[in-house]
Amino acid sequence: MSDTSVIVLAGAGERRDDRRASRLGAVVGAAIVGAVVFAALLGPLLLTLDPFTQDLNARLTPPFWMEGTNRNHLLGTDQLGRDYLARLVYGGRISLLIGALTVLSSGLIGITLGILGGFFGGRVDDAVLFAVTCRLSIPVVLVALAVVGLIGSSLTLVLATLGLLLWDRFAVVARATTMQIRNLDYIAAARCAGASLPHLLLREVLPNILSPLAVVATLEAALAILLEATLSFLGLGVPPPLPSWGLMIAEGKDYMFFSPWVIMIPGVSLFVLVLGINLLGDGIREWLGAEKIR
Amino acid sequence: MTAVLEIENLSVTFPNGTAAVRGVSLTVAKGEMHCLVGESGCGKSVTALAVMNLLARNADRRANRLRLAGRDITGLSEREIGKLRGASMAMIFQEPMTSLNPAYTIGSQMTEVYRRHKAAGRREAVDRAATLLDRVGITAPGLRLGQFPHQLSGGLRQRVMIAMALMCGPDLLIADEPTTALDVTVQAQILRLLASLQKDLGLATLLITHDLGIVARVAQKVSVMYAGEVVEQASVAELFARPRHPYTRGLLECVPVPGKVARGSALGSIPGMVPTISAGFQGCGFAGRCAQRRPDCGGAIPDQLLGAGHRVRCVLPQDAPSGNIAA
Amino acid sequence: MLAYVIRRLVLAVSVAITVMALAFILTRLSGDLALSIAGPSASAQDVELVRKAYGLDQPLLVQFFKWLRNAAVGDFGESYFFKDKVASLIRGRMPVTLTLAMVGLGLALTIALPLGILAAVREGTWVDRCVTGIAIVGQAIPSFWFGLILMIVLGLMLGWLPISGTGTWQHYVMPGTVLAFTAVPALLRLTRSGMIEAMSSDYIRTARAKGLSRTAIILKHALRNAAIPVVSIAAVQLGFMLGGSIVIETVFALHGIGFLAWESIGKNDFPVVQAIVLILSLTYIVLTLLADLLNAVLDPRLRAT
Repeated sequence: MSDTSVIVLAGAGERRDDRRASRLGAVVGAAIVGAVVFAALLGPLLLTLDPFTQDLNARLTPPFWMEGTNRNHLLGTDQLGRDYLARLVYGGRISLLIGALTVLSSGLIGITLGILGGFFGGRVDDAVLFAVTCRLSIPVVLVALAVVGLIGSSLTLVLATLGLLLWDRFAVVARATTMQIRNLDYIAAARCAGASLPHLLLREVLPNILSPLAVVATLEAALAILLEATLSFLGLGVPPPLPSWGLMIAEGKDYMFFSPWVIMIPGVSLFVLVLGINLLGDGIREWLGAEKIR
Repeated sequence: MTAVLEIENLSVTFPNGTAAVRGVSLTVAKGEMHCLVGESGCGKSVTALAVMNLLARNADRRANRLRLAGRDITGLSEREIGKLRGASMAMIFQEPMTSLNPAYTIGSQMTEVYRRHKAAGRREAVDRAATLLDRVGITAPGLRLGQFPHQLSGGLRQRVMIAMALMCGPDLLIADEPTTALDVTVQAQILRLLASLQKDLGLATLLITHDLGIVARVAQKVSVMYAGEVVEQASVAELFARPRHPYTRGLLECVPVPGKVARGSALGSIPGMVPTISAGFQGCGFAGRCAQRRPDCGGAIPDQLLGAGHRVRCVLPQDAPSGNIAA
Repeated sequence: MLAYVIRRLVLAVSVAITVMALAFILTRLSGDLALSIAGPSASAQDVELVRKAYGLDQPLLVQFFKWLRNAAVGDFGESYFFKDKVASLIRGRMPVTLTLAMVGLGLALTIALPLGILAAVREGTWVDRCVTGIAIVGQAIPSFWFGLILMIVLGLMLGWLPISGTGTWQHYVMPGTVLAFTAVPALLRLTRSGMIEAMSSDYIRTARAKGLSRTAIILKHALRNAAIPVVSIAAVQLGFMLGGSIVIETVFALHGIGFLAWESIGKNDFPVVQAIVLILSLTYIVLTLLADLLNAVLDPRLRAT
C-alpha cells in the first residue's frame, strides 16, 4: 500500500519513455478522473434512489448484465437491498473527497517543511530530514488503524490521520527543488530588493516549485484513496452506513463466493480511479520532463 | 608497410537522416600513427565507433571495404566481431573518469578481457596486467591492480585504459581524444606514451583529436575531417607545409605558433558552425563557411590526388592561391 | 567508513527514540485508558483501582520512561485482552509474519528484477511497454481486493490453494503473491531505470569495446551498478511489507502480528498495539540502516569515505 514512496525518484531516469504512449496514458487518465468527478458531482442529481434506503425483499439483486436483474437497480443491490449504483456514486464522492483533502492537508505540512529545509539549509534542514526519516519509519496502515481504532471511526478522523501521515514525499520533493532554485539570480534579486522572508518563500520560491509538486499530489491522492479504502475495508475507516468503496467490498466479502460481482463492482471502480490518477500523474511528469530538456 | 586498417568509402547514417560519416577512406599501416582531426561533431568519433562496430543498433553503416589486418570485417556477426574487439582491435576513450566500471577493481577489469580472448588462467592474466601497468608507467602495479577506479587520478586511469587495451596485444589501437579531459602536463605524458607504444610494439594507431598541436607532435599521417567527410589527407610534414583545403588552412590559422604569428595580429577563426548534413546531400559541406566559395561548390566535388599520398577534396584548382607551391 | 557507520548509528538511535515517544503518545490519544480498560460497567472505584494498578496515575513523562526502560529489555507489559505477556504473544506470532514477508520479498524480486532488466535491455519496444504497464497496473490494484480475487479464482473456482489460515506452505502462496505485488511496481521501475542508466554509461561502452559477451555486459557490468539502489529499496520494501502485512493477514486470516494488531485495535488492547507499532518501526529503522551499510559494501566509492 505504501509502496510508492520511491516512485518520484525512480521516475527521474525514465525520461526516454515513449512520449506518445505516455501522452495517450495522460489522456486516458484525465478522462477517467474527469468521468469520476463528473459522476460524483452530478450523479446524485440524476439518481432516483438514495444509497441508504434498505429493501430487504430485494437483497443482492444482480446487475444488468446478469440474469434476474431488476430495471430499477442497474448495478443491483447489496445484502441489505440498497441500490448499488447509488452507493457506488456516493462512495466515489468519499474517495474523491479523501483524495483532495488529504493532498491539501499533507501538502500544506510537507511543502512548508520542505521549503523551510531547502531554503535555509543547515540545522533547519537537518531537522526537516530527521522529521522525514521518523515519519518514514512509522508503519502507515498500522498507525492509521490504531488511531482510528483507539479514538473511534469518523470521516474527519480518517482525513486528519491520512493528512498527518502522507506528507513525507511532498517534503522531500519540495526540499530538493527549493535547494535547486534558492541560489538562482531571481531569488537573489528579490532579496536585494528587500523582499520580506514570507514574500520570498511564498511569492518567489513556491510558484517555481509547484510543477513537480503537482506530480506528487497525484501520487498522494491515489495513495490516500487506496488507504481510505483499506481502512474502511478493515472496518476502521469511514463508519457505516456511509458508502465507501472499501466498506462496500468489506460488506460484500461474505457473499463474494456466490455473487462475485458484489466485490467486483466497487473493486474495479477503485482500481480504475487510482489507475486514472496515476496515469495523469505520469503524463504530467513526462510533460514536465520534456519541458526541462528543452 | 602492411596496412592494418583499411577503410574505403565508409558511410554512417542515423535514423533521423543525419549522414554523420560520408565516404571516408583511410588506411593505417603497422607502426604508424594516423590522426583524424576536425572540430567536434565532424564525424571523427562516429568513424572510430563504426570501425569497432559499436554504433547504436539503428545506425546504418556501409563501406566498400573495411579490413582489419587483411581480414574483411564488414559482414561479421556481432559474435564474430566481439572476438576481434579487445583482441585484434582495442579502443580507449575521452573520459577516463567514467570509462572504467566503478564497481570493479582495476585488476578485475584488466584480466577480464585477457581471460575472455586468450582463454588464460587467472594467474597468467594477473601477471600480464601487472607487466602492462608497468609498461605504461604506473608504479607499484601490484597495488594498483587491487584498487578501484575512483582511487586513481584521471591520468592514471587513462594509463590503465591504455594498458587494458594492450592486454591481448592488438594490431590496431583506436584512441578517441584520449587527452582532452586531462591536465596539460598529463596530456604530454600520455601522448609520449602512445607514441612510444606505437613505435616499440609496432601498433597501428588511429588517434582522434581536435588539436593540431597534438597532430604535429605525434602523427605520421593526417586526415582532416569536416562534416562527415575527409577533406584532406597527407603526411604530417606535407600537410603542415602545404595545406590545400580552405578548411585545413583555416584550422592552421587558428593555432598560435610562436615566431610565425606576428605580435599584435589577430589569431584566425572560422566563422560559423559545423552543419548537420542529411543523407543525399550534394556538394561541399564547408561551402557555407568558405571564403573562397564558388558556384560549383554545390556540385560534385573532385577528390584530387597531388602525389605522395596527398589528397584534397575541393573544386579549387590546386596550383592556385598562395603562390609558394610547386605544382 | 567507520565515521559513516557511527553517524548512521546515531541517526538510527535518535529516530528510534522519537518513534517510541510517538508510539507512546499515540496510545494516550484515546482518552482515559483506565476507563476503557475497566470497561463500561465498572464503578468509579474500580476505575481508580485500575488506574493505580497500571500506573496510569503517574505523570505522563514518568510513565513514558518506565515503558521505555521496560521495552529496552523486551518487556512490553501485559495484554489486557489475551491476559498474557505482550512479548510472548508477539514472539508466538512473529514466525508467520516473517515467513509471509520473506515469501513476499522473494517473489517480488523474482518478478521485478528479470522484468526490469528485460525492459531496460529492450527499451522502447513493446516488451518494455508491457513491463511498464505491469508496474502501472500493479500500483493501482488495492491489495486487499486483489487478495479476495485470488481467493475466488485460485481458491474457489480452480481449487488450487487453501483460501485462508496457516498450516502448510500452500497457505502462504496467495498472501505472499499479494504482498509481493505491493512491492513489484517500485522495484520494477527502479531496476528498469537503473539498468537503462547503466547501459548508456561509458563503462558499458568500454566493456563492449573489450569484446565481452552481451550476457557479461548486462549481468556483470550493468546490473552490478544498477543493483545498488535496488538493494536499499528492497530493504525499505521489506519494512513496508511488514507494515502492510496487517492488511494481508487480516484478509487471509493468517495469525501473524498483523492479525494480532488488528485484533488488539478492535479490543482497545493498547500495550499490544504500542509494542507492534514500535517493533515494526524499529525493524524498518534497522533495515534501512543495514541497507545503507550494504550499499557501502556494494559501492566502492562509498566505502572510501
